[in-house]
Amino acid sequence: MGLTLVSRNNPLASSQEQLQRLTVTTACPPFDTTMAQAGLAPLHATGITVLQINVGKLCNQTCRHCHVDAGPERREHMTRETAELCMRALAQSDIPTVDITGGAPELNANFRWLVEQARALGRHVMDRCNLSVLLLPSQADLGKFFVQHRVEVIASLPYFRAAQTDAQRGDGVFAKSMRALQLLNNLGYGVEGSGLMLHLVHNPVGAFLPPKQEAIEARFRQALAREYGITFNRLYTITNMPISRFLDFLITSGNYEGYMARLANAFNPAAAAGVMCRYTLSVGWDGTLYDCDFNQMLELPLGEALPRHIRDFNAASLHTRRIVTANHCYGCTAGGGSSCGGALT
Amino acid sequence: METYYHPHDLTKFADMGKGNRELWDKFMQYYGAVFADGALTEREKALIALGVAHAVQCPYCIDAYSQACLEKGSNAEEMTEAVHVACAIRGGAALVHGVQMRNVVEKLSM
Repeated sequence: MGLTLVSRNNPLASSQEQLQRLTVTTACPPFDTTMAQAGLAPLHATGITVLQINVGKLCNQTCRHCHVDAGPERREHMTRETAELCMRALAQSDIPTVDITGGAPELNANFRWLVEQARALGRHVMDRCNLSVLLLPSQADLGKFFVQHRVEVIASLPYFRAAQTDAQRGDGVFAKSMRALQLLNNLGYGVEGSGLMLHLVHNPVGAFLPPKQEAIEARFRQALAREYGITFNRLYTITNMPISRFLDFLITSGNYEGYMARLANAFNPAAAAGVMCRYTLSVGWDGTLYDCDFNQMLELPLGEALPRHIRDFNAASLHTRRIVTANHCYGCTAGGGSSCGGALT
Repeated sequence: METYYHPHDLTKFADMGKGNRELWDKFMQYYGAVFADGALTEREKALIALGVAHAVQCPYCIDAYSQACLEKGSNAEEMTEAVHVACAIRGGAALVHGVQMRNVVEKLSM
C-alpha cells in the first residue's frame, strides 16, 4: 500500500504548494482567461441540488491518484456536532440529494446517522464507496444497511482488469472489488427491477483523458458479466484532477506540463457550462463550505461575503453565488467534461 | 543533441495548413471522418492506427496514437498485440519475398 503525502512529508501535502504549482504553469492559459474567451466568466451557481458532505480523510486504501490524500492514518473526521449542522441545513432547504464522500465515508462514526437523518428528511442519499470497505469485518452489515435505506452506491473501479486497477488502487484491490460487487449484486444492487442503484466510476490509470462514457461502459459491462457475473446500472467517467497525489504523480513522472496542456487543449465550452459546482454545495469535515470537493482539498473556500461554515448556511445567498475557480478546473471542462455524475456532454 | 525528430514538432502539425489551406482543410476533414465511429469503433480504429504507425515507423504517430488508444479505453496488452500485428505483417512481407529469392536461386542453379 502506498503512503499519503502527509506521511511522506511531501511539500504537496500543502494546498498552498499545490496552488503555486497550478498557477505558475506555462502549459495552459489561466482558466479564467479561457472561460472569458468562451463567454462563461464569471461562473455562477444555478442553485443547489446536491449537498456533498465530505466526512473526512480516513480510508482503508491509499490510491495513487487520490485527490483527498486520504489514508489509514488520517484522522480528520466530521464530528456529530458538525453532522447535526449539516442535517439542520438540509432540513432548512429543499436540496433533494445528499452525496456522502471521504476518504471511505462509511468509516466515519457518524456516517450511518447521517444517512438515516437524510432519509428521514425524504432526501435521496448517495455514497461514494471504494468497495473494499464492504469486506472489512467492522462493516459486515454495511450492504444490508445500504439496502434498508435505499442508498445509491457510487463505486470506484478504474478498469475491468486487475493490472490497471491494482496499479492505481493497491495490490489485491481489484479482487476485493469483484467480491464486493458480487456481494452488492446478491443484495439486489445493480440488478434490473430492484430499484437499488449501483453505479461504477472509471477514471484513467495515468496521465490521459477518459474515453467516451458509453463506449467504456459497454466494455465494463461485457467484461464484468463474462468474467465475474457482475451487473451494474451506469458507469461514470471522471477525469483525474491535477491536485494532491495525482499532482505528485504528474510531477514525479514528468507528465505535469503535458497533462495540463492536454486538459487545456481539450477545453469544451459545453462541458464548462454544465460543471457540477453550479449545482453542488460541498461541506468539509470541519463544516467549512466550498464550491466542490476539489476546491475543498485546495482549501479554496466560497467567495467573498458568503457563508463560510455550514452553521451559517443560507440557501438564498448561495444559490447564485460566484464560483471560485483556478487552473485545476480544467479537469472538469476537458473533452466530454467530468463531474461526480460522470461526463457532462 | 540535434535530431531530425523533435517531440514538440507534433504540436506544429497544423502549420502544414500555412502552405495550402484548402488542401489542409480537405485532409483534416477526411482524417476526422476516417477516425469517427463507423462500422469500426473509434477505439478499434485507434488500435489499427497504432499498428500502422509502427509499420511506417512514424514517431509522431506512435506518440499520438499511444495516447489516443489509452484515451479510447484500450490497455497496454491490447496495444502490444496491435504492434505485434504490424510486426507480423512487416516480418511476413520480408519473408514472403523469400519466394522471389528462391525463384532466382532455382533459375540460376543446376
